[in-house]
Amino acid sequence: MTSFLVAAVIAGTPLLFATLGELITEKAGNLNLGVEGMMLMGAVMGFGVGLWTGSPYLALLGAIAAGALGAAVYAILTVTLRANQVVTGLTLTIFGSGFASFVGKSFMGVPAPATVKSLFEIIEIPLLAKIPVIGPMFFQQDIFIYFGYFVTIMATIYLKKTKKGLNLRAVGENAGAADASGINVSLYKYVHIITGGALCGLGGAYMSLVTIPVWQEDVVAGRGWIAVALVIFASWKPSKALIGAFLFGGLNILGYRLQSMGIHVSQYLVDMVPYAATILIVIISTRKNKKEDMGPADLSIPYFREER
Amino acid sequence: MQSNIAIQMENISKTFGVVKANEDVNLTVYNSEVHALLGENGAGKSTLMNMLSGIYTPDSGSIFIQGQEVHFSSPKDSIALGIGMIHQHFKLVDVLTAKENIILGQKSGVFTKGKDLTKRVREISDRYGLDINPDKKVYDMSVGEKQTLEIIKVLYRGAKILIMDEPTAVLTPQEIKRLFQIIRNMREQGCAVVIITHKLNEVKAISDRITVLRKGRSIETVETEKVGIPNLIEMMVGKKVDLAIEKKLIDDKKPLLDLDNVLVIDNEKKHALEDVSFTLYGGEILGVAGVAGSGQKELCETIAGLTHAEKGRIYFEGDNIIGKTPRDIIRLGIRMGFIPEDRLGMGLVGSMDIVHNIILKDYQNQPGIFLKRAGCTEKANKIVKKLDIQTPSIYSPVKKLSGGNIQKVLLGREIDSDPKVLITAYPVRGLDIGASYKIYDLLNEQKEKGVGVLFIGEDLDVLIDLCDRILVLCNGRVTGIVDPSKVTKEEIGLLMTGGSMEQEDA
Amino acid sequence: MLKISKKAEMPKKQEAVIRTIAILLSILCAGLVIMILGFNPVTVFGQIILGALGTEMRIQQTVIKAVPLLITSLGILVAFKMKFWNIGGEGQIMMGAFGASLVALNVPATWPAPLTLFVMAACAMLCGGFWAFIPAFFKGRFGTNETIFTLMMNYIAIKWVTYLQYGPWKDPGSQGFPKIATFEDNAILPKLFGVHIGWIIALILVVLVYIFINHTKKGFEITVVGESVETARYAGMNINSIIIISMLISGGLCGLTGMIQASAIERTLTSSLSGGYGFTAIITTWLGRLSPPIILFVCLAFAILLQGGAYLQISMAVPSSVAYMIQGIILFFVLGSEFFLQYKIVRTHNTEKKEVA
Repeated sequence: MTSFLVAAVIAGTPLLFATLGELITEKAGNLNLGVEGMMLMGAVMGFGVGLWTGSPYLALLGAIAAGALGAAVYAILTVTLRANQVVTGLTLTIFGSGFASFVGKSFMGVPAPATVKSLFEIIEIPLLAKIPVIGPMFFQQDIFIYFGYFVTIMATIYLKKTKKGLNLRAVGENAGAADASGINVSLYKYVHIITGGALCGLGGAYMSLVTIPVWQEDVVAGRGWIAVALVIFASWKPSKALIGAFLFGGLNILGYRLQSMGIHVSQYLVDMVPYAATILIVIISTRKNKKEDMGPADLSIPYFREER
Repeated sequence: MQSNIAIQMENISKTFGVVKANEDVNLTVYNSEVHALLGENGAGKSTLMNMLSGIYTPDSGSIFIQGQEVHFSSPKDSIALGIGMIHQHFKLVDVLTAKENIILGQKSGVFTKGKDLTKRVREISDRYGLDINPDKKVYDMSVGEKQTLEIIKVLYRGAKILIMDEPTAVLTPQEIKRLFQIIRNMREQGCAVVIITHKLNEVKAISDRITVLRKGRSIETVETEKVGIPNLIEMMVGKKVDLAIEKKLIDDKKPLLDLDNVLVIDNEKKHALEDVSFTLYGGEILGVAGVAGSGQKELCETIAGLTHAEKGRIYFEGDNIIGKTPRDIIRLGIRMGFIPEDRLGMGLVGSMDIVHNIILKDYQNQPGIFLKRAGCTEKANKIVKKLDIQTPSIYSPVKKLSGGNIQKVLLGREIDSDPKVLITAYPVRGLDIGASYKIYDLLNEQKEKGVGVLFIGEDLDVLIDLCDRILVLCNGRVTGIVDPSKVTKEEIGLLMTGGSMEQEDA
Repeated sequence: MLKISKKAEMPKKQEAVIRTIAILLSILCAGLVIMILGFNPVTVFGQIILGALGTEMRIQQTVIKAVPLLITSLGILVAFKMKFWNIGGEGQIMMGAFGASLVALNVPATWPAPLTLFVMAACAMLCGGFWAFIPAFFKGRFGTNETIFTLMMNYIAIKWVTYLQYGPWKDPGSQGFPKIATFEDNAILPKLFGVHIGWIIALILVVLVYIFINHTKKGFEITVVGESVETARYAGMNINSIIIISMLISGGLCGLTGMIQASAIERTLTSSLSGGYGFTAIITTWLGRLSPPIILFVCLAFAILLQGGAYLQISMAVPSSVAYMIQGIILFFVLGSEFFLQYKIVRTHNTEKKEVA
């Protein structure tokens, strides 16, 4: 059971990064449906750079750059050129898939180099790792997962306690009010959209470098879309995103576990569970009526100061 | 004295697409002065002030603040120079608290710490006589509280020049009195206050000087004491206008609509309408007054069958119409037209033309599955002619028409169906004097035909002049039904805030 | 400094010019990308056209790719008209294919083909419609976000078919290779001019959908709901029922695509059947400005790109993923060009003013 929980955290970490990334983007008022695309781009670039240089740090940098670049294109189109956010995001996903498929052809079936994988060795946190169940689950993991906790905490503090975080919330809720208060709406959007993209790229890279044995077609397999749903599940709060990500990470690997426990249920039926659960979450989240849980009020509405 | 000039705007022009919002406008405002910017809706007042607040940039002309020429590229620049604008539509973030809204966009510090902020806010409150609860969420606030918050926000940033856009539009008479006192305090403290308004009696009450704008141009600047209301109207409209609204008394009125103990509960489990009872007679205009959000919308929607009533009955010509579908109610002859804040959102589809907007209410009566346009094309032509609607053609999208014409289309559509009961909400919202009076004439016409008109409006003066009786709503309850010729505005104001007629304002 | 301000009305001709420029620019950019990848763009584009239209057989292949795209696009159009973001085309296609297969695999081979095909189509449309009905129901009742809902339904549908393919419906005669039984002859769509009659169905649907949206009451209601829900409400329209009916049609059309693909192309049910058409159709519908005749053109253009891309893989060993990237680039440019249709850039310099774009 413990090993299942440990695996759940590992499986949930890419989801966590992607969800946090999209959460920040949406807090700025932009709906970016290109998460799957950015994760794929991050995955392929992370893997490719890792293969080429053997350096895990450069690999992660490559992933960040790829995700950020994709997000930047999205940002230019939706913030400056005021294009339709839904269609732009979808296009990013299409482009990202094509890109990942194309670049990845040259290393199909190749495993990540050992030098890269070495960064992701298990690091035990003294004392905490000894706690039964919780210990190995949270504190006997690799450095990337710890980084995930860090980002979550940073995001929580940023949104709740800092002035810039407050400004961000204003931008997403009521861009007109933010503008009138002297906040540079476009700048906030750009910064947060691109940061969000970088996080998605990192999430993808974790998958290609750590969770799967070799590079394959469609590494991300729809997790980008689950991340978009998880943002709603998390009520746009980073702490809830953490819970959701690990929960769904667990659901994703449930199939294998059940098989190994001798419960013979088709892998594919179990595969459905995360998606069905996401739907359930979306339904339940919408039924709650609290204003704060409805998401940034100006989400997916482009801001134009001289609108008449 | 040059150094005492707070604002100097010279030859300012601004165009939006084909619309010339401001043309060659000149304005001078002194420190320690309350200056009114007067003009009809659409005269260009807000546009002009938005250039001072940094939201718009002038196409040509110069702006001088305290003697220095300035170019604003964003609201930040304007705020830095001590200009604070309080917009007609509040720029507040609903889900944040008052405190959080105040510190938005502030540079200093990384964390949002409470103590210094609270102290400064207290200072401002005391100095100007403003009162807020810093931890209250904006969505819980009343309109008056929101406005107070906007003022504090602006003063917190060190504003010495305040611009208020139609500040009294949403206030009760008592709140207006309080606001004027605050404005006087500001003047004493050396601030320059510019009030954008189209309300003449308020201008006379509070301002020192008045600049009149008409169709984007500045007409004249006068001293308030030395000018009379008829002169001001003439400057605003361009010609002499008789502002009297006709009010004929119709005898032999038949009861048409009878509301009995109606209870409506909204999504948040609050009583939007509670224990509402009144009778609407044919041949009268019954006005509905109340602070925004007192249940006017729910009243209209409940009668029209769009909202469900928990309890009570609504009798129309003897039958209870509660529970009937909106379509049935339309067929019975009850027509409702609601002009929301953005004018188009509820009655008309902006991107469609006049013909299709008429089809909107008409198509259900057509048999079969196909849409027939011919009948409505005729109707469209008829309505355009009768109401003198200015439009390139009946096939132009409605959103391209000017406000007055849009509202004429809406009203025209309802009137054309020969209703027995006509409910119209905010029909003159945002219209200039000429257009407004045309609408009043239309309503009077209907009244003389024996139609029962329910008129929901925000301007008390108009309600008093136009309506035979006025019903006052407060928090969903009917606090009084009065004869406008027998009560004062203050008494109505009391009813709007829940007081009773006998109470004296302390 | 540069300022952005809204443009006045733009004549239709200018609109068309700007859009064409956008497409040309995007082709240029795509060509650049191709060059960077090490191929000659002129050759590549040439091969794409040749590969799509060069021989009769290739034209047939292009049509075969255009048909599912077109029908799905029409389905998505009906939903988008109502501003209901139906991203679930893939899933609805799959469920339609499932419905058709249910019929095809269970009726005796002796049934006459027209009857079999008709029942297959009806079942497919019901299944696809039902699949779209579920998110529509929740949107109408609870206001649930349809984008995520329909998206998730895609995955459930695909997993369902995969489950069938590897499990209960696995063909014992396929010797271990997971595959569902091939349809009998009576379940295969006949051909006309070398292509299955799906193309006739598609063309008929273009006309039908056009008439439906522009000349029927329901179509009018759908448009009004899409423009302004409040106005629709005030006009006495039953919003819920409109959402549901339009989604039944939307899902039904996508389901029909599934039936056509299953019957004429795959001749069985397989998890790769929907082939991304559900997503591509969103793009073509949007590019086609939600107008059936323009969508027809756009789908043909995309089909040429897809078919050409497939040919490219054989003739120049260029992976088909390149076609997807080109699609993405073209779309980015068109999205960006929308801006220039609505806004103009003005340079303001004190009192000087100069229009730039």
